[in-house]
Amino acid sequence: MGDLFWILISAAVVNNFTLALFLGLCPFLGVSGKVETALRMGAANIFVMVITALAVWLLNTFVLTAAPYLRIIAFIIVIASLVQIVEMAIKKLSPALFRALGIFLPLITTNCAILGLAIFSTNRGYGLLEGLFFAVGAGLGLTLALVLMASIRENLELADVPDFAKNMGLVLILAGALSLAFMGFAGLFSAA
Amino acid sequence: MSPRTPTPAAQELIKGVWRENPVLVQLLGLCPALAVTNSVANSIAMSGAVLFVLVGSSLLVSTIKRIVPSDVRISTYILIIATFVTVADMILEASAPAVHKELGAFVALIVVNCIILGRQEAFASRNTVGRSLLDAVGMSIGFTLTMLLMGTVREVLGNGTFLGRSVLGPSYEPWVIMILPPGGFLTLGTILLIFSWLKRRSEARARLAVAGAPVREAA
Repeated sequence: MGDLFWILISAAVVNNFTLALFLGLCPFLGVSGKVETALRMGAANIFVMVITALAVWLLNTFVLTAAPYLRIIAFIIVIASLVQIVEMAIKKLSPALFRALGIFLPLITTNCAILGLAIFSTNRGYGLLEGLFFAVGAGLGLTLALVLMASIRENLELADVPDFAKNMGLVLILAGALSLAFMGFAGLFSAA
Repeated sequence: MSPRTPTPAAQELIKGVWRENPVLVQLLGLCPALAVTNSVANSIAMSGAVLFVLVGSSLLVSTIKRIVPSDVRISTYILIIATFVTVADMILEASAPAVHKELGAFVALIVVNCIILGRQEAFASRNTVGRSLLDAVGMSIGFTLTMLLMGTVREVLGNGTFLGRSVLGPSYEPWVIMILPPGGFLTLGTILLIFSWLKRRSEARARLAVAGAPVREAA
């Protein structure tokens, strides 16, 4: 149990997907304008990541042992179609949930964070339970980074910055500051 | 994309380097630009892999563009890209295991690099093979130059070396943060800010120039 907990914490803050591994930068820069949107995007991400973890475990255990060189191709195709199917299922079963997450689901499918999760958990040889904890942790970390960035950018709207800096450059510098702050979490492991 | 007027072939090649630079102007492919630029050697390896995948997929996509139904085109592109990435991954693993280990999952992640899918959808699927090749090479050069710029800044400042050779002398205290993740964000952010400041300045100059006088647009 202890190990699983540390996998979760490590993926969420110490090796934060966005701020330490640069995965999922597109949503991080693209939809971090409002806290509300950022929260929904984060929730959709956690959801897709859990599905991905399941799919990856199934693929690695039952299919790819026969043909490991097909890994990249198999991951991207299976994840993309699975998310599509789940999206259709949610649309039928729970329109409310679909309205909250819907538009983000197809966007996330080809996001580096999802494929990154698949490849990292394969490289580290995670089992089903470890993979699921890893996915939840990574999703939480992504959500945390998104919401933090969105809160900063909401306040940035009111700040008086020079004209030439009103673009991605400033956002990246802010991301650098956030990433610097998250490096502090690296101490968690040596302390434990 | 605006309707494309026939441009000289050289134009297709050069536009990716500067005017439509994939990283600095289109803000695509940020993930590798930030993640593996902590040393010049890694930047070169990554750029080589992207060049291979982009040129290969552009050639193939522009060749088969007439027989791919438009409903399944994106999936087809992704399949083609994933195949080339798998090949690049295997070549790198066989020829330079140390670099492959260093780059880790980021070689496989070229599949979801928006530069590559973007060029297939925006260019290779509607242009001739020759033009697509020029476009792919141009974009790769633009990507490579950006990677080299980031890699050089980060390795020199963060480690005091260039390609492993010391350049700042033994008395230089390495600015370690530059080769760690925050350094990637800070370097790219600073580069973008400097570029946008230069652009503003040249625009302001153009406005100040006498009306009617031919003003050379900043390329």
